[in-house]
Amino acid sequence: MDYGLSERPADAAPLPTGIKILIAGGFGVGKTTLVGAVSETRPLRTEEVLTETGVGIDDLSGVEQKTTTTVAMDFGRITISDDLVLYLFGTPGQDRFWFVWDELALGAIGAVVLADTRRLADCFPSIDYFEGRGTPFVVAVNCFEGAKRYRLDEVQSALDLDPGVPVVLCDARQRESVKEVLITLLEHAMKQREERRRAAAAD
Amino acid sequence: MTGQGEPAEDEWVDDHAGPVVRPYAVTGGRARPVTGTFDLISLVISTRVDVGSESGLGPEHVAIVGLCQRIQSVAEVAAHLDLPVGTVRVLLGDLVARSLVQVREPRATPAGLPDDSVFEAVLNGLRAL
Ligand SMILES: Nc1nc2c(ncn2[C@@H]2O[C@H](COP(=O)(O)OP(=O)(O)OP(=O)(O)O)[C@@H](O)[C@H]2O)c(=O)[nH]1
Ligand SMILES: [Mg+2]
Repeated sequence: MDYGLSERPADAAPLPTGIKILIAGGFGVGKTTLVGAVSETRPLRTEEVLTETGVGIDDLSGVEQKTTTTVAMDFGRITISDDLVLYLFGTPGQDRFWFVWDELALGAIGAVVLADTRRLADCFPSIDYFEGRGTPFVVAVNCFEGAKRYRLDEVQSALDLDPGVPVVLCDARQRESVKEVLITLLEHAMKQREERRRAAAAD
Repeated sequence: MTGQGEPAEDEWVDDHAGPVVRPYAVTGGRARPVTGTFDLISLVISTRVDVGSESGLGPEHVAIVGLCQRIQSVAEVAAHLDLPVGTVRVLLGDLVARSLVQVREPRATPAGLPDDSVFEAVLNGLRAL
């Protein structure tokens, strides 16, 4: 068989690099909607099948029990340039999937924590997680109709956020609004990097 | 073509596997790729327009080569083929071993993060959207 004509030429442009931002927050807060508002494809869904092996505690035979769980992640794509493709990943909501978050958070350039003022506490686990990991994040307050409006500084203190963490309003359905949120995140992430570098140099 | 790491052909198909174990049937029960790690955002492109009569490939391998005529992330391949990511990683490993796809892992500094130039490029790219 002659492959000559159909091979990717050796001098073809190098492949672009993938980068990612995580979209976190409580159940039904608008993560998938936000991804869809800026993605150049409709949000796609990928599944990770996890096998947990555990030995039954009250099972004296000590037989290993395997259970499988499927964790779904929604994601979208924004082509930044010929060299960079940005992926936005909606994190799986359930708290017991932290190890999936660990995989997602590794190498992520930052995270958006979506908050709904009617149930602000839902985003506490996400905030704790990113604070603990040192992942730069912003809090985006998704404005649902009928939700009481709070001032952003009220949200900031209710969430007990570090004063440097940006809190912004957003409408997850609106492309421009989501774009602004992502820009705020990037600016914050760059600033935080600079500050950490300076702090490290001062030590 | 590399002959190394090529799985035995009879590993590909399991005629007795029902729909419940389909992902395992697709990989012949293998849980790990023969080569590569395949981050969710690793980017994949096919090196051939089609795989022709290449033997030992299953329909899912052929589908990946078709899909990756345009650059796709590992996550996108999994979503389009409607297969779990772990299964897709195994299939991609087979294709890399046969040089049928090229993969670009995400670029990272030793701290596991992209360098400054990436942040700037993303910021500019978002502003230009
Ligand atoms: N009014 C209003 N509705 C919104 C907004 N964002 C999302 N919604 C609606 O809220 C509902 C849930 O949105 P999703 O995007 O599915 O939320 P999610 O966080 O992905 O949900 P899970 O993945 O199930 O946790 C949908 O019906 C959306 O149309 C918003 O900014 N304003
Ligand atoms: Mg969702």
